[in-house]
Amino acid sequence: MHPVRKQRLILVSLMVVLSSAAIGLVAFALRDNINLFYPPADVVAGKAPTDRSIRLGGMVVEGSIERSETDLDTTFWVTDYEASVPVRFSGILPDLFAEGEGVVAEGTLDESGMLLATQVLAKHDENYMPPEVAAALEGKTAPQGQPVLP
Amino acid sequence: MWTFIHKLGSPPWFFGFSGTLVRWLLPVTVTLLLVGAVWGLLVAPPDFRQGNSYRIIYIHVPAAVVALAGYYVMAFAGAVSLIWRIKMADVTMRAAAPVGAVLTAIALVTGAIWGKPTWGAWWVWDARITSMLILLFLYLGVVALFEAYENKTAAARACAVLSLVGMVNIPIIYKSVDWWYSLHQPASIKFTGESAIDSSMLYPLLLMILAFYCLFALTLLLNMRAELLWNHRDSGWLKQLVGDI
Repeated sequence: MHPVRKQRLILVSLMVVLSSAAIGLVAFALRDNINLFYPPADVVAGKAPTDRSIRLGGMVVEGSIERSETDLDTTFWVTDYEASVPVRFSGILPDLFAEGEGVVAEGTLDESGMLLATQVLAKHDENYMPPEVAAALEGKTAPQGQPVLP
Repeated sequence: MWTFIHKLGSPPWFFGFSGTLVRWLLPVTVTLLLVGAVWGLLVAPPDFRQGNSYRIIYIHVPAAVVALAGYYVMAFAGAVSLIWRIKMADVTMRAAAPVGAVLTAIALVTGAIWGKPTWGAWWVWDARITSMLILLFLYLGVVALFEAYENKTAAARACAVLSLVGMVNIPIIYKSVDWWYSLHQPASIKFTGESAIDSSMLYPLLLMILAFYCLFALTLLLNMRAELLWNHRDSGWLKQLVGDI
């Protein structure tokens, strides 16, 4: 290779490597801010701020959803299988919100450690399958004659 | 092999070669897109939790995958342009940027449309979504930077540097869902081990990804040809070619 081109090749490689390193360090330094939410274990351990709005992410504990009889208030527990945090939300929940499914709730923590959520988002997992396969995995058969929709 | 690469750098030869390629690629792309879309949107089964709304995957994922791959094409052309000073590389880089921008925009918009019913929000400042937005700005930045210079050789050099520096964003987008807590789900298609998506839904998706790769190649070639026609509007070989037709 021509020496001038070789020099340019080294220069280009250096440019890519150094800019990657710089941005990598920035991302590493800001990792707490890049994370969309705090897991319940961090919230229980007091690592999440209590003076401003935070996001809490995890799984909705099976059997923990309690809906109010009179209004839209819903309370449930969010867990990462290490710790759990109670959440209260007043509003319409997304379609995919369910027990045992992922959720991200945004709001502030009160003195008792409950998250007063202003927004609840459902976190979808990476599994995609037809209803029949899902039913087979559950050990049941899909009901015949009608489309199985969630 | 080397003669082929050398020939690629020659505008008249490339113009003829790309013409033949486009003639083959066009029917292949249209067929793949039609088959993939009908298979994915009509034939594939609904999802067990999302019902039919998951079908946006057949546009969203291919657009996003090819937007990332397209950036490497642009950055590679930028590197070739910087090191070997080949004019054809400038043309490739310039032609790839708007195509990549459109694909990124498609991925962002379809993602928002899917996010509203699924997550409950159009937009979340999640690592994956934010880094994808940066990708859109990088593509648009290359287009804008190229237009900002009067001298196109200097423009190409500046764009090459921008696209090479921006390249660090691609692995960040790809790994963002694994490195940080994010709302966006991890990858369903796995290169090693079993995919988290049922094969009845996976095959049309792979077909659509292939179709989008072809679509990218096709639009890139057409864009490059348009660019060549403009750049060489006064050249002898082009006048001769037009004269022949």
